[in-house]
Amino acid sequence: MAAVAPTVPSAPSARAARTGRHPWLSVLWTAARTPRGAVGLALASVIVLIAVVGPFMASKSPDALLTLPFAKPSGQFPLGGDFLGRDVLSRVLNGGWALLLMALAATAIGIATGAAAGMSAAYLRGRSDSLIMRTVDVILAFPQLVFALLLVSLLGPKVWLIVLAVGLTHAPAVARVIRSATLDVSERDYVKVVELQGMKPAKVMTSEILPNLISPLMVEAGLRLTYSIVIMAGLAFLGFGQAPPAANWGLMINENRSGLPLNPWAVIVPAVLIALLTIGTNTFTDAIARVTIGVDRRPEEAVLLDELTPGQAR
Amino acid sequence: MTGGLPPQPGTVPVPPAGDGDGGAGVRLDVRDLEIRVGESGPDVVSGISFEVPGGEVLGLVGESGSGKTTVALALLGHARRGLRISGGEVRLDGTDLLQLPAGDLRALRGARVAYVPQDPAAALNPTLRVGTQLREALKVHPGVVDDPGGRVLEVMREVRLDPTPELLRRYPHQLSGGQQQRIGLAMAFCCRPSLIVLDEPTTGLDVSTQRHVLDTVRSLCRSYGVAAVYVSHDLAVVGGLVAEVAVMYAGRIVEIGPTAKVFGEPLHPYTRGLLAAVPSPQRAEVLTGIDGQPPRPGRRGPGCSFAPRCGFAVSECLARPPEPAFIEGRAVRCIRVTQIRSAVTGRPAAVTGRAAGDPAATLSLREVSARYGRAQVLSGVELDVPPESCVAVVGESGSGKTTLARCIVGLHSNWTGEITFDGGRLVPGARDRPRETLRRVQYIFQNPYTSLNPRKTVGQIVAQPLEQLLGLPYRERAERATRVLEDVSLGSDFAGRYPDQLSGGERQRVAIARALVVEPDLLVCDEVTSALDVSVQAVIVEELRRLQRERHLAMIFITHNLALVRSIAQSAVVLRDGAVVEAGPVEQILEHPADPYTIRLIADVPRLAAPGPQREAGAAQPGG
Repeated sequence: MAAVAPTVPSAPSARAARTGRHPWLSVLWTAARTPRGAVGLALASVIVLIAVVGPFMASKSPDALLTLPFAKPSGQFPLGGDFLGRDVLSRVLNGGWALLLMALAATAIGIATGAAAGMSAAYLRGRSDSLIMRTVDVILAFPQLVFALLLVSLLGPKVWLIVLAVGLTHAPAVARVIRSATLDVSERDYVKVVELQGMKPAKVMTSEILPNLISPLMVEAGLRLTYSIVIMAGLAFLGFGQAPPAANWGLMINENRSGLPLNPWAVIVPAVLIALLTIGTNTFTDAIARVTIGVDRRPEEAVLLDELTPGQAR
Repeated sequence: MTGGLPPQPGTVPVPPAGDGDGGAGVRLDVRDLEIRVGESGPDVVSGISFEVPGGEVLGLVGESGSGKTTVALALLGHARRGLRISGGEVRLDGTDLLQLPAGDLRALRGARVAYVPQDPAAALNPTLRVGTQLREALKVHPGVVDDPGGRVLEVMREVRLDPTPELLRRYPHQLSGGQQQRIGLAMAFCCRPSLIVLDEPTTGLDVSTQRHVLDTVRSLCRSYGVAAVYVSHDLAVVGGLVAEVAVMYAGRIVEIGPTAKVFGEPLHPYTRGLLAAVPSPQRAEVLTGIDGQPPRPGRRGPGCSFAPRCGFAVSECLARPPEPAFIEGRAVRCIRVTQIRSAVTGRPAAVTGRAAGDPAATLSLREVSARYGRAQVLSGVELDVPPESCVAVVGESGSGKTTLARCIVGLHSNWTGEITFDGGRLVPGARDRPRETLRRVQYIFQNPYTSLNPRKTVGQIVAQPLEQLLGLPYRERAERATRVLEDVSLGSDFAGRYPDQLSGGERQRVAIARALVVEPDLLVCDEVTSALDVSVQAVIVEELRRLQRERHLAMIFITHNLALVRSIAQSAVVLRDGAVVEAGPVEQILEHPADPYTIRLIADVPRLAAPGPQREAGAAQPGG
């Protein structure tokens, strides 16, 4: 939405930047500038880069039988061969993007449904609240992986179904967090103001409350992305995921674990990549969480900001 | 935290204060105190020097951000995270606290230097009985008093609490706000300290409770020869309590001296501005606020920090920081003191509109009773708001005045009785009211820090009701928003800013603009100035008064501040425990209150500069 009049640049404090036009961008930027955030972001970006650029970099087909099963690394095959004699390096380079994409999609589904459910429960109160939150309780009673497995084994291992299943298993936990955040925001005076203007509940939620939930949403998104990656890889390891000829880091660990003494790289490399990716996303999420609650703000900055915002001072 | 800055040659000791009753010479001596941000950041406060004799209370007055709390904490040798005490001395009975090792300082705090925080409810541990907490204070400093058990009972009597075992067994939440603050005082006084620092200890309390707590503080300091520093933003409270006062602005003490003189005949332009902004219950006056806002640490220019807002400023003021000038026992940081002294200013009397009495009231309440759950909050309230007039609703906290406002606007729907607006009855909940009613009755919230959505620009905030209530197209919304922003003295360039970029007063103006943009007939203002500084309060009240007159609004002005009523309202209603105890024209209620409750309320209002002969004489005259 365009502003009514041009903005006058006035003392752009860190706080103002944080609540500026693109609050999520500035939170990400602030988080990336903390040491913790920089490390996390760097780790995650390297792995994401491998997963995204990998398919174009692979010199050999990931599916062709080129060498002996579990061949030791050699000049032609830097990471050796897998259990069928395929090139491990090419399979590693090809095996990340699908996992990443599925994890992202599942996270998006989880955040969207969870946030919608949590926000409605908190804002509408009463019966909607009980209905939504009791459903959430029931779903939360199942372990996440078991619930995803149950859905997949009932309906067959289709990729979209796996994404949906993992996404939906995220929703309850997201709903809980967002509900409590909404409870706080919806009692603020500015929400009362628009209620007095006769604004419809759906619009109050989307235009007044949602923009104020950015911090918890971003933290949740990062956390859920980490879980998604782990669950997706776990499901692939268990045989639910892309069908076997496809290259997939989780699947590779399972396929090649019998040959661990012969060519350990076929297991170690995908396992390490998954581990680094989750550590990276988790560390960066942690940095975001710290920034949004102000732990990692530079102390001088914090004092100045507190000095300048009397807040509840009377 | 090493001091090491030698006293600068340019600074001169503060003139000695008047002799205290139980005084024991100078107990607290602060010299050139300076506190910076981080290692090399800008100074937050600097050049702070004052002395406090035993038995005396020094008032440290300033608006938010002036650095008064920073100074108060430095008296305990403490600096908040990120701040550093970078120079000066804080001598207590001769010992410089800033030079003490951390262990000694810790032993000193609580025993010889005590601190009373602003919010007693937050300072007391909610999970411990108050008796336990009192004894704890004594246990931490063994040997300070001979008989800890007896001392607890003694100190309870000293702060005028009944020292029954039953009271000591209570938890903090089972006490009233006044009792909680007395416990806080008891904890501070129980080790018989030499210095006590009070950081706005009565801010959250009712006027009556406030006065009793203040009396206690004063008599305790007198009888034990304790030096006390009383930090407050409330000039009236300080005026009645202390013999000597220091006014802070932008990290400096701009004027310090005997209270009667500083408040009776202020010399620094800032002090003058501040005093002109304080409403008086005796007279209806035009309040003059101070426009603009104090510069933040690091953004202060080389000269006098007040110069940009000062009516007396000359180019010389901007060149270098003014050194204190000594006049009649006080120090004033202003180079134009002598010129200012000769300039006489009086406050014009406010033109009060016509009084109530118009039969066709815009809003009338009949037998309105409201409850929150089981608790009865309002019972049988009757109220009439004539067209184009302002009715003040006065009451202490818990009197139900905010609930009353919320019933009228429809935020609270659990009420019975009849509210008629312009001839038609209002249904309880805002959701069931027609758009037209929602438009014509506008509500301004108490706290501008929570009533503006931090994620929206001012332009969006002000234009929103036009979309919701009138369904205007974008262009017209923008035009009207711009116009109303100018009307509340904010330029149209504010439209693109976010609330975080605004000061408290600017935020409240945005809230007023948002209410006025739909051209309402009735404005309900709920304690709209209580979150603001006094100089800003004056500006906002004047703004509201002007807008009410220009736009022919009916207005309900809810406040706990009786002094403010006179400046804005024509008639008033006094609420107590949810019932109206007195109603009538403002002059009648303030000058000839009939109900004992109103009489007590008026008597308890802190008077500015009680010892000041000039003001007292002026105040005694009948209102203009």
